[in-house]
Amino acid sequence: MSQIPTFNAMPPNLGLQRALAMSPMEIVKEIADSGLKGRGGAGFSTGIKWELAAEAVSDRKFILCNADEGEPGTFKDRVILQEYADLVFEGMTIAALAVGAQEGILFLRGEYTYLRAHLEAVLLARREHHLLGENILGFGSAFDIRIFMGAGAYICGEETGLIECLEGFRGEPRNRPPYPVHRGFLDCPSVVNNVETLAWAACILQRGAPWFRKVGTEMSTGIKIFSISGDCERPGVFEFPMGITVKELLRHVGGEDARAVQIGGASGQCIPASQFDRAIAFEDIPTGGSVIVFGPQRDMLDVIENFLGFFADESCGQCTPCRLGNRKLLEGVKMLKAGTCSMAYLNELCALGETMMIASKCGLGQSSPCAFLSVVRNFREELMGRAHTLTHA
Amino acid sequence: MTDSLTLDKPRRAPASQQNQNLPTPGLKGAETEITLTLDGQEVRVPPGTSILEAAQKLGTHIPTLCHHPDLCVAGVCRVCSVEVEGMRALQAACTFPVTAPIQVRTHSKKVRLARRHIVDLLLSDHYGECYSCRRNNNCELQSLAREYGVDMFRFGHPETPRHEIDTSSYSVVRDNNKCVMCRRCVRTCIDLQEVGTIEVLGRSDKSHIAPYLNKPLGSVVCINCGQCINRCPTGALHAQDYTDEVWAAIDDPTKHVVIQTAPSPRAAIGECFGLPPGRALTFELNTALKRAGFDRVFDTNFTADLTILEEGTELLIRLHKALKLGESVALPQFTSCSPGWVKYLEHFYPEYIPNLSSAKSPQQMFGAIIKSYYAKTHNIPAKDIVTVALMPCSAKKFECNRPEMDASGFKDVDYGLTTRELAKMIRESGIRLPDMPKTGFDTPFGTATGSGVIFGATGGVMEAALRSVIELVTGTKVEDLFAHADIIPVRGFEGIRYVELPIPAVGPVPALLADRFSSWDFLKGATLKVAVAHGTANAKKVMEDIKAGGPFSQCHFIEFMGCPGGCIGGGGQPIPTSPEIREARARAIYSEDSAYPVRKSHENPDVLKIYSEFLKEGPCGAKSHHLLHTHYTERGKYIE
Repeated sequence: MSQIPTFNAMPPNLGLQRALAMSPMEIVKEIADSGLKGRGGAGFSTGIKWELAAEAVSDRKFILCNADEGEPGTFKDRVILQEYADLVFEGMTIAALAVGAQEGILFLRGEYTYLRAHLEAVLLARREHHLLGENILGFGSAFDIRIFMGAGAYICGEETGLIECLEGFRGEPRNRPPYPVHRGFLDCPSVVNNVETLAWAACILQRGAPWFRKVGTEMSTGIKIFSISGDCERPGVFEFPMGITVKELLRHVGGEDARAVQIGGASGQCIPASQFDRAIAFEDIPTGGSVIVFGPQRDMLDVIENFLGFFADESCGQCTPCRLGNRKLLEGVKMLKAGTCSMAYLNELCALGETMMIASKCGLGQSSPCAFLSVVRNFREELMGRAHTLTHA
Repeated sequence: MTDSLTLDKPRRAPASQQNQNLPTPGLKGAETEITLTLDGQEVRVPPGTSILEAAQKLGTHIPTLCHHPDLCVAGVCRVCSVEVEGMRALQAACTFPVTAPIQVRTHSKKVRLARRHIVDLLLSDHYGECYSCRRNNNCELQSLAREYGVDMFRFGHPETPRHEIDTSSYSVVRDNNKCVMCRRCVRTCIDLQEVGTIEVLGRSDKSHIAPYLNKPLGSVVCINCGQCINRCPTGALHAQDYTDEVWAAIDDPTKHVVIQTAPSPRAAIGECFGLPPGRALTFELNTALKRAGFDRVFDTNFTADLTILEEGTELLIRLHKALKLGESVALPQFTSCSPGWVKYLEHFYPEYIPNLSSAKSPQQMFGAIIKSYYAKTHNIPAKDIVTVALMPCSAKKFECNRPEMDASGFKDVDYGLTTRELAKMIRESGIRLPDMPKTGFDTPFGTATGSGVIFGATGGVMEAALRSVIELVTGTKVEDLFAHADIIPVRGFEGIRYVELPIPAVGPVPALLADRFSSWDFLKGATLKVAVAHGTANAKKVMEDIKAGGPFSQCHFIEFMGCPGGCIGGGGQPIPTSPEIREARARAIYSEDSAYPVRKSHENPDVLKIYSEFLKEGPCGAKSHHLLHTHYTERGKYIE
């Protein structure tokens, strides 16, 4: 039983067949015209990414599928890989045709090891049907995909951390620029795309860019797959058009009484009920698809303590703002809970959070203070003045 | 000038820690210079130049912490963050390559606040008080705190240490409580030296620098070179300090405390007293040491000359066996005066130990001579003599503690002091070193030659050896072959140098070696092939070439130095270090050499005297074999 009807309706490998008949630049143009943006959350234009990689001059290029789905509250890639692996691999093959890559790697989250046998079987079948291999469907193009197991670090979902990990080093983000499309895995141009992005790329090649643009907003086209969890009646994986309001989404999943919603995972924003008419789209509330619903009984300090605890553990430890900043924010939340955080210190911590968002080396430290800052902004009156409670008698 | 070793590829360091300032493929117009605007000032730079380099070109100061001129960029501390117009986030000036005409602001409000926050965060994790720290007044974190006006510990300050101090190594002490995770030590070890002893372990704020599996440094593969110490911005890394023990010996009236001083620390110690690099204080130091309380001050150059004769004779013996007797013998012969290099070989290439000269280093030869010859001739019981060595080196501390270094019947060298430790002792004595009058060295080892002095710079041992070997074998003055006896081809800072010296004619065997060789005919028409490598990354290249049977396997003699630049860049030298500083120290050494009346080891009258009075069987004879030669340990990479 799947809640992704659009993927169900896709005839297998039609997009690949169409792509094989097109020139690389035509494929890139189709994707660019669709307005598809990275579904992992950063929202970079897939068309531009493919175009840069296609233009890069190199004997060797890679298509890397980022299946290190580690964002708290995100589980849609797991469902996609389980039920629509063919669509993802088709998308990878199309990307390879577009940029001129011969090798693809699926970077699979360590916790998803149980999916590996299934995915290997899908790959084997694709090779048998000449959808992968030396001569894809007799068109002369060569491309194959292998699976690389992650080892459980959140930071390896950051594309350059993922590449470091693939190369056998500590999973730590690289300095950017240069970007992976110019110098990625083994110093070769590499496209790193999210699982869902690649699946949509296959759909776009099947149905055409105008079909994709029909839904969504001008800047955020198409459909988005959401992972919805928390205090709602129907948690799970859903597809909704981009631009859907929070209110509408909550109505679908039975979470109308929510006091706040965390959108974009732990590194995303915490939206209070007063802003539920905002749109989930790159121009308003960007997301990788994670929605965590907080019901009326939730203490927002518990929420950010949980998130910051996660980041304080998962920071790679490389750069100062993220390594030490997340710890300071977490300590601050504990002080708030104990009623020992002064207003002045809370302001210091907010300023620190702003610094982390601009001075951290990668997306982790640049987004980890988001939840803290939005909770402080939106629920300030709840945070201050908590009594000194003697919880441990 | 750059040490070529810092530019050579490939590296083992993760790409995130490598210099990525390379032209980006696919970038249009990558060949023309780019004009960028920095705080309103325009500057033209080649594409790929970092913002930091562009700022340096303009003379604009951007603070840094994890950046070091000897190392590839890391971009981890974020202290150098600057604002690039059009970009939401700040960018690290050290890593951001200029590829378009960007507008940069280096001290906007955003930037100043971010830097202040970063310094505040670093201080919140830095345990220790400045006034009890070795690096007080020479600490980059302290300077940053001053520069950014830190007036309070905004995010707290640790009141208890979190990490145990690792004192397990004879040479290097690690105190992670003061570590700021700039990772310079990691990059030094894995990238500059290609040893890879220490790495980052753990994640997040629990990440820390440690040897393999958190083992103590003394039990893992570490060559004690101390290059990590020289590049540590704080007091997290320092050398084992033996000044208390030395003071105790000086204060003990029953002890006769003798110090030998090596040329490299003499050329650098002025830096600890505010002098610019490049001024040797050799003779001022003699006065200061006497005033501080040492009984005798000797010149390590004396045993450097002795090393040349022993090591040179050993080479001639090997060549004689190979060329005349047709015996199988280990060639090329490797120098053995750098204890960092020696331990590197013992760990990484133990199968080549037979190639290592059995001659001890000058430091150890001196210890053995003082506690035997000097004790005897001066009627001082060896047990009452304390030998101290001033060395540019942290590995010398390990070397003097090698169990086999007891040929005199006692521990040959009791304490190895670094340049930094001795500077501390001199300051404690209330002496302003640069103002001291000059005095000579004490007899009976008072005469040294220029050859001993140049041991301190990469290529120096080779040059000294060649000066003697050429003259002893050909009977021709070196000056006839090389102007002023300066053998320029072996000098310089190129990572690896290779020189061929044809021997068209030979002379008579000089008296010193007459017992051992009847004639030099076996060398006539031969071409002496020698090479020089400094820094273990370069040593590794040469060793791999030898293993593969490449051109270096055809060499006869190779000088290896564990540290970049040789001893002048040693792990015991004043901090900071950079290619420019090492070059200045090398200049001081070469100018000292040219000022010596005697410039060749075999012409040193005191050395000749010791061979006639004490080591009567000549170089490599039984007595010198006992006192001046040693053996090595096949360590491999086994970890306890």
